[in-house]
Amino acid sequence: MSLLQQALESGKFGVTAEMAPPKGCDFSKQMEDAEYLKGLVHGVNVTDMQSACIKASSLGLCIRLKEAGLEPILQMTGRDRSRIAIIGEFLTAANFGIDTMLALTGDHTVVGDCKESKPVFDLDSCGILSMLSEMEASDKDCGGNDLESKAPVFYKGTSVTPVYEPQILQINKLKKKVECGAKYAQTQGVFTIDALKRFMDAVDKANVDVHIMAGIIPLKAAGMAKYMNAGVPGIDVPEEMIKRLSDAAAEGKEKGIKGLPMKVGIEMAAELVQQIKEEKICDGVHLMTIGAEKNIPTILEKAGVSIKE
Amino acid sequence: MIITQKKPIEELMAMLEGATKVGLVGCGNCATACQTGGEKDLAEMKEYLEANGKQVVGTAIPDECCQKLLVKKEMKAFKDLDVDAIVCMACGDGAQTVADNVKLPVYPSNNTMFLGQVERVGVFNEACRMCGDCVVGTTGGICPITQCAKSLVNGPCGGQKNGKCEVNPDNDCAWIKIYNRLVELGQEDKIAVTRADKGYAAFSYPRKISLKEGK
Repeated sequence: MSLLQQALESGKFGVTAEMAPPKGCDFSKQMEDAEYLKGLVHGVNVTDMQSACIKASSLGLCIRLKEAGLEPILQMTGRDRSRIAIIGEFLTAANFGIDTMLALTGDHTVVGDCKESKPVFDLDSCGILSMLSEMEASDKDCGGNDLESKAPVFYKGTSVTPVYEPQILQINKLKKKVECGAKYAQTQGVFTIDALKRFMDAVDKANVDVHIMAGIIPLKAAGMAKYMNAGVPGIDVPEEMIKRLSDAAAEGKEKGIKGLPMKVGIEMAAELVQQIKEEKICDGVHLMTIGAEKNIPTILEKAGVSIKE
Repeated sequence: MIITQKKPIEELMAMLEGATKVGLVGCGNCATACQTGGEKDLAEMKEYLEANGKQVVGTAIPDECCQKLLVKKEMKAFKDLDVDAIVCMACGDGAQTVADNVKLPVYPSNNTMFLGQVERVGVFNEACRMCGDCVVGTTGGICPITQCAKSLVNGPCGGQKNGKCEVNPDNDCAWIKIYNRLVELGQEDKIAVTRADKGYAAFSYPRKISLKEGK
């Protein structure tokens, strides 16, 4: 049983991080970053060509992280692989001891960096989860053929967008994903406790039995926040946060100190994590640091979160 | 209706390199509606080709260019003519039907775009991708395979912004449309229908249906 499953099922506050494989074949930065995360998180999501941009595969970095002593979470989208290829990835992953996964639809190829690629979308996130659940129950593959071994069992997760109108569509889809086998869901980045609470109320009202981990994106600059507000669906950074970042930039300029906005971003992320944990708003947090994984120890320390508790 | 668009004329001229005597074949149905293969379009093509060193030796506009027997009859018009190549101004199906009935190179002047609804004259929308396993009975008469850029069958992704699709902001999110339609119809419970196993076996091409053979 993975650390994440143990934590969430025993009512502990779950903590996951996220890493992207490189655009290339040198994993050394990722392996250095992995060292910062050891002993601090229950699992590390490895993205599957996020934003439809070409990278090394999720499975490859998952294997390396596993070898390095971390617990990788294999992210799988339906964009680039048919159900045949997807099930093959999971059988391979299981052979390497990878036992936790997260299913996503995947961004469309037209928003990525190889627009000529043919999007697959044979299965959506429900389809991926359901295929794994059925394989577990039957020891058969997605074509109904017997496997030559027992089927691997994955701790299955998915994503959800809390800030969404009409919200019922996200809640309803989350419910379906849970019916298809998801046990935990990591949210798109949330920036206010109110937004998270509104979402959690809706999840509770719909009686969806799933562990929710709030997605936390530490902001690096006011420009990043504005860019995400304008272009990234489901992201709503409040003006007050943007002001704290721009004030920090102005102060840094005046005093000749570099990196103040990043520092403020870390503080704001830590404040959110701390409040979520203390008020027990949801079951854990998922830290999406977008290449700045080395900041995770500071965020968790400031938030007073330790997985050893 | 099969929606076609004219290819860039340079592409057609490159195909016609070495051919001087040309026959033109249009379509009285879809390509006429798409203004890519009707009478007027054939006349314009004739004028262009003749101004550019070709000789148009004959034209034909079958009522439907996808009807094999009909096209066979129409192609007799070219039988006794000295023709180097046929330019087919119908859809890809039409071009192949013509090619099946002549022993000449057939060059398409159109790209075949999609199966579409006619919104009004000259405006076409793609609504069905012919997946062979129709789901619109549970989706308020709106096809998620076609109208959702990711063909999602269990609800939306997180990618809409202000009700518009992340793939093309000119398009509404199919699942928000489906939800609104189901609410209008008093069928919002159908939003809960899960289709985790939507398959595509019926989508394998080339497909054939024979009523006579019952399959």
